[in-house]
Amino acid sequence: MMTSAKDPFADLKDGLPRRKPGEAPALLARKVSKIFGTTKVLDDVSLAVMPGEVHGLLGANGSGKSTFIKTLAGLHDPEPGAELIMYGEAAPLPMPAGGARRRGISFVHQNLALMPSLTVLENMLLNDLAVTQQWNIRWGKARRQVAEIFERFDIHIDPMTLVSDLPQADRALIAICRAFEEVRVTAGEGRGLLILDEPTPFLPKSGVDQLFTLVRAVVAGGASVIFVAHDIDEIREITDRATILRDGRLAGTVVSAEADHERFIELIVGERVTMFQTARGQAPDRPVTASVRKLSADVARDVTFDIREGEVLGLTGLIGSGFDRVPEAIFGALPGSEGSVEIGGKSLAVEAITPARAMAQSIAYLPADRLGKAGVGSLSIAENMALPVMGEFRSLLGMNWPKINAHVSDLGRKYDIRPNRPAQALSSLSGGNAQKVLMAKWLQTAPRLLMLDEPTQGVDVGARQKLFHAIDEASRKGTAVLVASTDAEQLAQICHRVLVFSKGRIVSELTGAAITKDSISEETLRAHAPATDQTQEVA
Amino acid sequence: MTAPDITPPAAAPRWREINWAGLAESYALVAALVVLFCIFAMLLPTTFFTWANVSTMLGSQAVLVFLTLALIIPLTTGDFDLSVAAILTISAMTIAVLNARMGVALPVAILAALCVGAIAGAANAFFILYFRIPSLIVTLGMGTFINGLTLWMSNSATIGGIDFALVMAVVGTRFLGIPLAFYYAILMAAAIWYVFGFTAMGRRLLFVGRGREVARLSGIQVDRVRFASLMASAMIAALAGVLYAGTIGAADPNSGNTFLLPAFAAAFLGATAITPGRFNPVGSVVAVYFIVIGITGLTMLGIQSFVQNLFYGGALVSAVALSQLVRKREEQQVG
Repeated sequence: MMTSAKDPFADLKDGLPRRKPGEAPALLARKVSKIFGTTKVLDDVSLAVMPGEVHGLLGANGSGKSTFIKTLAGLHDPEPGAELIMYGEAAPLPMPAGGARRRGISFVHQNLALMPSLTVLENMLLNDLAVTQQWNIRWGKARRQVAEIFERFDIHIDPMTLVSDLPQADRALIAICRAFEEVRVTAGEGRGLLILDEPTPFLPKSGVDQLFTLVRAVVAGGASVIFVAHDIDEIREITDRATILRDGRLAGTVVSAEADHERFIELIVGERVTMFQTARGQAPDRPVTASVRKLSADVARDVTFDIREGEVLGLTGLIGSGFDRVPEAIFGALPGSEGSVEIGGKSLAVEAITPARAMAQSIAYLPADRLGKAGVGSLSIAENMALPVMGEFRSLLGMNWPKINAHVSDLGRKYDIRPNRPAQALSSLSGGNAQKVLMAKWLQTAPRLLMLDEPTQGVDVGARQKLFHAIDEASRKGTAVLVASTDAEQLAQICHRVLVFSKGRIVSELTGAAITKDSISEETLRAHAPATDQTQEVA
Repeated sequence: MTAPDITPPAAAPRWREINWAGLAESYALVAALVVLFCIFAMLLPTTFFTWANVSTMLGSQAVLVFLTLALIIPLTTGDFDLSVAAILTISAMTIAVLNARMGVALPVAILAALCVGAIAGAANAFFILYFRIPSLIVTLGMGTFINGLTLWMSNSATIGGIDFALVMAVVGTRFLGIPLAFYYAILMAAAIWYVFGFTAMGRRLLFVGRGREVARLSGIQVDRVRFASLMASAMIAALAGVLYAGTIGAADPNSGNTFLLPAFAAAFLGATAITPGRFNPVGSVVAVYFIVIGITGLTMLGIQSFVQNLFYGGALVSAVALSQLVRKREEQQVG
């Protein structure tokens, strides 16, 4: 294991890529730590970004990337002792509200924060409109300004089109232009820091190229960029240096051009330590529960696999690789899907499946969006849990509420839901307990096929084990469990078999003892490897 | 709907589980109704506090109870129905035109009125569900459209002379001194209370209103549920029209429309009582009579009729503000 980095800048003092002697880093963060409860999610992380540099930030899920970014944004308060220095000038930590903006740091998150129903021009003005002192808008002037910005970056977008009419790539360009304008205005010409938080997963290759051209134009003027991504090839292509986090710690900072794909994987995944083996080997050779054939849904293409009784099958890949669309499509919840699913001796065309029909075949689906899609926060635990089994509690006099409550209370005890109060609103529970409620909601139906999307996102360690236990128990009783997740550790702990997706297709399969946290991460990252060779050839 | 007993059968003694603050909140409106009644009874012992007045209030406002009950169904599934008052009016007018003017037998006229309601409900549902237009817009337009039809079929005139049997069946006959209309309203409220609280359909309505995606991903056919709720609201509004025709023995093309705001006020005020935070029929009935007592009392005190508007409008806004407070508090419990 990596030991906590000594002073990472002791050796970097000379190593920092300066454009001119004595230049101070645009951003120097030192000793940033963050503790949630008892977990240290960030441990003494330091990072330097030079003016005019594109600096990559990588790490597996849970490595602390987003916590670090959120600390810079002022959304998290770091533990005492952290330092932040911008252009040689100390900045206060924790960052006060709006402080990042005033200091010339601007963020572009994956959702881009654009209003699709407004025009490009209106979206470009959005930030100004929020703070401007002027009461009237001079549309002509604003339009000329935006046109000028686009021209400067050689972007061909009409400011008067609606954002909803533009492809994703153009939207990303607009969001970046907007953020850069903000930085230019607040930090001054040739200064400022743009943080791009995974802007590429949903972009086609040509869109990524356009985006990179824009990023190069931005740093050519002297501003700096932190580029957060999962894709090693993209990092190697666009960044000057890259910092890799692992388990909340600094795994290393490399000069991107000098590190190869393997080196990156090594830094992300860690040294090859034999992990405590939790995978349970091959699934028992039992009958096939469901056969998925040529399933295409959203980005997922031609997905074909079988899942057996009692098998826990993991689906994984980088964000945007389409693996998480598969359960949704099988449940009939994703319009425009194609393919077929054979279950219980019946072959169903995917386009004809509806949630009700899927449930009739004893398929259950627990979406990742806990209080948006899986359960209703303002309704009680009992109401949420009893929804799929209400028919069983019908008596001559209608719903038998005392019986329902007794049943829900029993389930609460069984799955260790705390507090076990059926009348309490679902939203009052912690993430882990809410997830136990929703898991119980489906497990009580004893489904033939249970599909889980990110079942332990935002769930604490204790609740995690309880959920794993519940999954294990269901699988022992013969339920086939399909788990879509980006969490390699979790998959390694519970799966008999893992299918790795890249660009919508299954690219590799891990079985039994071959399933480890490292092997999953490695396969996920390696899936993109062929692209590297091409870019190398081109470059 | 009284709160279904959802305290867990845990080992803790029952009395410790009683949530006094919650109880106070649930019955605050009931208490307010009693207090308001007592105040007017003391101020106006000879006019307000007479059986004649009380029974009239109970009987004549059954129409408003029906209309409020019609509203809370789509409100529960997350849709607005602003056309209920117009449906009430056209339903009453249909009876008047068919029965009084054209001499069609009363049962047939009533059946026709209900059919008109069904058509209006189906039209609402079609535009809302097929074209995915917000219910607020569809029913606002539909209400005005229906009102135009009503004016057209009546030549903008009041039509009297409806078969007296209807009047007898609604307000002419009394049981325990109260017009039958009141009992119809109570029966309807009881039916909805049962559906909301003790049927799977009731839970489906609630889930569709609170979380459409959750409902859809739990296998509920969301559009079917919304269709049913819009149909139910139109049909109950049409029934309210039948009662209205029976209450006044005639139909006029305008007065029915004035029920819209009080019905909304009562629906939202009712949602702060009995099961706070949810539209519920028992709360609605209490809210209707709270508003009616207030207005009747104030009118009898000689205060001018504009006070009605002050009361209805004020009740609606303060009811929504109150229920918002309830929600906020629930959110704070999230912790």
